[in-house]
Amino acid sequence: MAKLIASLYGWVDSRLGLEEMLKFAKKKTVPVHKHSFWYYWGGISLFFFIVQAFTGVLLLVYYRPGPDAYESVRQITYEIHFGWLIRSAHSWSANLMVASVFIHMFSVYFMKAYRAPREFGWWSGMLLLIITLLFGFSGYLLPMDELAYFATKVGLEIPNALPIIGEPMTNLFRGGLEVGELTVQRFFALHVVVMPALFLPILVFHLWLVQKHGNATIPSEAEKPKSEQKSIPFFPNFLMKDLAMWLIALNVMALFASLFPWDLGEVADPLKPAPTGIHPEWYFMSAFQVLKIMGSVFPGALGEGLGITIFTLGLVLWTLIPLYDGKHEKGRRARNATYFGLLALAILVITTIWGYMVL
Amino acid sequence: MNANKTLTHTNGADTDAGDLMSRRTFAKVLFGGVGLCYAGAIGYPIYRYLASPIERSMETTKVSEVTLPDAATLELGAAMMFKFGSKPAMLIHHKDDTWSAMEAVCTHLACTVQYQAEENRIYCACHGGVYDAKTGAAVSGPPPKGLKAFNVKVQDGTVTVSKV
Repeated sequence: MAKLIASLYGWVDSRLGLEEMLKFAKKKTVPVHKHSFWYYWGGISLFFFIVQAFTGVLLLVYYRPGPDAYESVRQITYEIHFGWLIRSAHSWSANLMVASVFIHMFSVYFMKAYRAPREFGWWSGMLLLIITLLFGFSGYLLPMDELAYFATKVGLEIPNALPIIGEPMTNLFRGGLEVGELTVQRFFALHVVVMPALFLPILVFHLWLVQKHGNATIPSEAEKPKSEQKSIPFFPNFLMKDLAMWLIALNVMALFASLFPWDLGEVADPLKPAPTGIHPEWYFMSAFQVLKIMGSVFPGALGEGLGITIFTLGLVLWTLIPLYDGKHEKGRRARNATYFGLLALAILVITTIWGYMVL
Repeated sequence: MNANKTLTHTNGADTDAGDLMSRRTFAKVLFGGVGLCYAGAIGYPIYRYLASPIERSMETTKVSEVTLPDAATLELGAAMMFKFGSKPAMLIHHKDDTWSAMEAVCTHLACTVQYQAEENRIYCACHGGVYDAKTGAAVSGPPPKGLKAFNVKVQDGTVTVSKV
């Protein structure tokens, strides 16, 4: 038996070069230092993405977009065996994915891992973050319950406020002037076909860059002489730790999904007033609150426009940070970049908490 | 695997080879067992989830009797299709005022068969199988056996079809 496996492995190896890859993986190292913990979060995000793809395909088996959307989700939740669990896992894993993507982004930022030669890693990561948020937004409508309906209605008001192209573009996404079954159909196509088709190649690019450049070490560690910098082999040591993290992530997700099954509200009804206390998902709360504050300071379209402008400007600056702080040196620029990061993090956290407090 | 090896070596520097083996076997069994538990905990709900509609259509096949309230108005020499459980079935009102009912699923490759009044036969368009219109017995063509026949009872203008 062992001989058979060995000869089979030899056959495959001589054609695919598995040994070469293994040799490469063994040569690759991951730095070890007091902030190594943050290296896991990209992998954890990837794990949740895989869970999303997997549970998403399972939901696709019973979900029907269009006029039947709510009824099909009701059947999945209440009639199909374990349908509630699959749906709950998809929702929980989506939230955990957004959370780990944010943690990954901020840890990369503060470790200054965006510096040369890793600029494209940062930019592709920003694209992945934006698509992840759009995945969340488009997927949220699909059950077509009350919350989904109003979240999409309100969310689409933001691009609608853009000058000139805002209205026609929003109408195109909405498939009409009001959110309805045609919107669900469109969002469904975006959520399961268009966005994965955009996401996957960028993800492959992002992961390839990590393979190419390896993990960045933190600046304080990079200053030390080479002999004092510690590292472990990627294979198998770091991979094992990575997989252990995946196992923890799976357990956390399974625990949440089964103990706190995702709710299905009442069917969306355009004639019913929005329920009191309605609010966006936590990852849109900050943007929601900033718009609200702007709206109360500057009444009317001015406030909304100003809010969107500030957010867009912040995002652009954030994305361009490798161009400002790209060199491996200490000094004013490096410090300013860190302060900018702390400011962004503080605004995000404070406006999110503020948003929940005034509900 | 490598990590395990180094771990056992450092921990068990003074243990003999037999001990080492059993410890490794123990670890293998433990990890294998936990892995199986996970595979089961993930696989079972997914299987039940995907199998849900099968269970439901199994339920519908448990039907043993179907009542057709309007069937008695069926003209002589005509046939109608109805659903018996999950499968299509056929009710024929013969010219001699007798009735037959059978499963309308060809025994060859499961196409739905049709009644041809002018030739008084049941015909399968897929591969040319022919059945007897009264009994459902295979007459010619590829069908290996006859159609599954049902009992027919006509009472007060209502036709009741039941399993034999």
